[in-house]
Amino acid sequence: MADAAQSGAAAPGENILVAEDVTKVFPGVVANDSVSVEIRRAEIHCLLGENGAGKTTLADILYGVYRPEEGQVLLNGRPLELHSPRDAIEAGIGMVHQHFELVPPMSVIENVVIGTPAKQWLDLTEARRRLEEFFADYDVEIDPDAEVGRLSVGEQQWVEIFKTLYFGVEILILDEPTAVLTPQGIDELFRILRRMRDEGLTIILITHKLKEVMDLSDRVTVLRRGKVVGTVDTADVDQRDLARMMVGREVLMQADKAASTAGEPVLEVDEIHLRSDTGRGSLEGLSITVGSGEIVGIAGVSGNGQNALFDAVVGVRHPETGSIRIAGQDTTESAPHRIATLGVASVPADRIAQGLMMDFSVKENLVLGNQRERQFSRAGILNRGHIDAFATESIDTFEIKTPSAAQITRTLSGGNLQKIIMARELSGQPQLIVAHQPTRGLDIAATEYVRRRLIQERDRGAGVLLMSEDLDEIFQLSDRIAVIYDGRIVAVTEPDATTLEEIGMHMAGASDTDQGPP
Amino acid sequence: MEDFLTYSVILGIFVTTFKIATPLLIAATGELVAESSGILNLSLEGTMTLGAFTGFLVANETGNLWLGLVGAALGGGALGLLMAVMTATVKVNQIVAGLALNILGLGGAFFWYRSVYEEGGAVAFPTVDRFQTATIPLLSDIPAVGEVFFDQHWLTYFGILMVPATFIFLNRTKYGLELRSIGHNPEACDMRGVGIISRQYTAVIYGGVMAGLGGAYLSLAGGNQFFDDIVAGRGWIALAIVIFGNWRASWILGGSLLFGFLEATQLSLQASGVDLPYQLLLALPFLLTIVALVFNRSRSQVPLSLTIPYHRGER
Repeated sequence: MADAAQSGAAAPGENILVAEDVTKVFPGVVANDSVSVEIRRAEIHCLLGENGAGKTTLADILYGVYRPEEGQVLLNGRPLELHSPRDAIEAGIGMVHQHFELVPPMSVIENVVIGTPAKQWLDLTEARRRLEEFFADYDVEIDPDAEVGRLSVGEQQWVEIFKTLYFGVEILILDEPTAVLTPQGIDELFRILRRMRDEGLTIILITHKLKEVMDLSDRVTVLRRGKVVGTVDTADVDQRDLARMMVGREVLMQADKAASTAGEPVLEVDEIHLRSDTGRGSLEGLSITVGSGEIVGIAGVSGNGQNALFDAVVGVRHPETGSIRIAGQDTTESAPHRIATLGVASVPADRIAQGLMMDFSVKENLVLGNQRERQFSRAGILNRGHIDAFATESIDTFEIKTPSAAQITRTLSGGNLQKIIMARELSGQPQLIVAHQPTRGLDIAATEYVRRRLIQERDRGAGVLLMSEDLDEIFQLSDRIAVIYDGRIVAVTEPDATTLEEIGMHMAGASDTDQGPP
Repeated sequence: MEDFLTYSVILGIFVTTFKIATPLLIAATGELVAESSGILNLSLEGTMTLGAFTGFLVANETGNLWLGLVGAALGGGALGLLMAVMTATVKVNQIVAGLALNILGLGGAFFWYRSVYEEGGAVAFPTVDRFQTATIPLLSDIPAVGEVFFDQHWLTYFGILMVPATFIFLNRTKYGLELRSIGHNPEACDMRGVGIISRQYTAVIYGGVMAGLGGAYLSLAGGNQFFDDIVAGRGWIALAIVIFGNWRASWILGGSLLFGFLEATQLSLQASGVDLPYQLLLALPFLLTIVALVFNRSRSQVPLSLTIPYHRGER
């Protein structure tokens, strides 16, 4: 990529990639509505916007994944016909998607070689040499022969970036690259991205995090509901300006939360071990306690045992050793249904796969799991009148935007899907709420709503176990913060007694002997 | 029992092992390539039957067995092409498409056979001068070893040769690497600019050609005529062998030979009148497949996107 600046027509500062009046329509949604963006050579250009603002769609158009209905893409002033990512790669455009596009059972080198014009008779020496050079150059320590599926998400991110640069691209698009990184990992990524920019690489970074825009970008284009709000020099604006452009109104950057004292323990997890099939994300003697009326936030990089902890508490998987008590009762070996009847609400990380039946109606999803309760059925026959009444009430209280209770769930937006789950899970006044990534992928309004709701539940007296990769969320909501690393809780502290950097250190596995598990 | 355990009987079992393993090996190595691209072709039984027939038809009409093999390859390849159209282009459910084409292959072969050879309500049951074994000079003179390894049909040597060939293709070429990558994560390949559909077509058509050749062994080498149920479940066994072999060429050779050995033993037992329930030996490969599945669970090499159609831009 060092020689990128020498090729092409545009000098630094001139437009290299331009989208002109691009419109892309998906069934029922105008994802990009006459969007125009100008990217200059050797700049870091952020595309800022909420989820659903159309950032990724725009990037996918620039990368040839989608073809726009209207408008065109210009590279160095010439129209660029993009039929597939192949065309984009040949034009010197590379993209790292938010969901990694890796082949997990294959090695790092094999992942890098896929799609390159290498010889048919596989000779990986050249790829290995370039890969090792790159890693050495940027101080990244990854074994080129390691199986990609066994790398940490941070390492996988590097593989993604390098395999894109391996094509010799001049323009690198990164879609939410920091979502899986620790604060230190983000710093390192940004340091390297700045260096690559200085070496002549043009970088387009998609994000919804204001801080990242301020830290990194030269210019920023803000999108809202598929339209461009404006492009500004980052030096001319502050976070408040950007937030206003992004949301279209003033935003409260803080959730209001009164102080709270924890009552009787509602969840006691004691030294549990739970092996996962792949060996990654196992629990290795994890202990954590949640009291009534408190929110305990579990911070950690994904893949350190969050899924296993969630599954163990709600009873989907059972630990091999150790014990779990909920409201004083041993639930180590209990089935999910029994645990739910103890007053445990669960908000799973993957709301589509684990939380909802996407082809069922909204009202069916609102009673899913509770269908055996007396108010919803008698002798196995569903009481449709009660279900309708309950659904109407829930749609009202939880502000679920749906044409009707009979609407098929699949057609709703992410925020409304999460509200259906929240309405269902909170209907029984639970004692314990286990929430895994409850605001991932939600827009600001829905995020605010979910957070406010969790605080309300805490104030009512429920204990909340909150697992999130969003550290701001952890700091805003938690009464206590616990850091999960390698299947153990490595630190427990309070938000006022710690810093983002300290939590980040623990998330990366830097042990601190002063702060052991509780 | 003493008679049964004689030298010649045991030697016979080993010779027969390779003969029985041949169609399985050819079809299973082909199916391995198809499945590596993420497409499960359940129509192997029907494809082998069609290949057995088209091979027989061409050989019988032209009098040339080698042209017969070309016919078998074309018959199997045609069904593979249909499978590729349905799964890679139209993206219908692979299980449904495979089962439908299986019936098409079976029914089509029988129908075609009757429409050619039935006269006045009776089928003539024609035969061909089948392939003779290709005796390799000198090597075949080695006692025992020569008879087992160097006095077999060309198709048997071909099947065994396809094991290292398939391994090298899948693991030592860029095309093979990309094919396996498509089977694991087609989206990742699409985003790298690797053409998905063309590779899936190639792999599935190749699988069909190989199944056709496997079928032709039965009508042109192992036997000398075509009849209903000529394949007799071997297509399903080939599918089981791919699973038993954990999607690895070397294990597929092992699985084919194991099945061939069990079947040969069973035949020998029946012939010598030993009072043993041969059904048990016949069921053994399937039991072993299940056992292998259980034990390979954490080390499974199954293509991660097997049977899942790929649509660009859908998560």
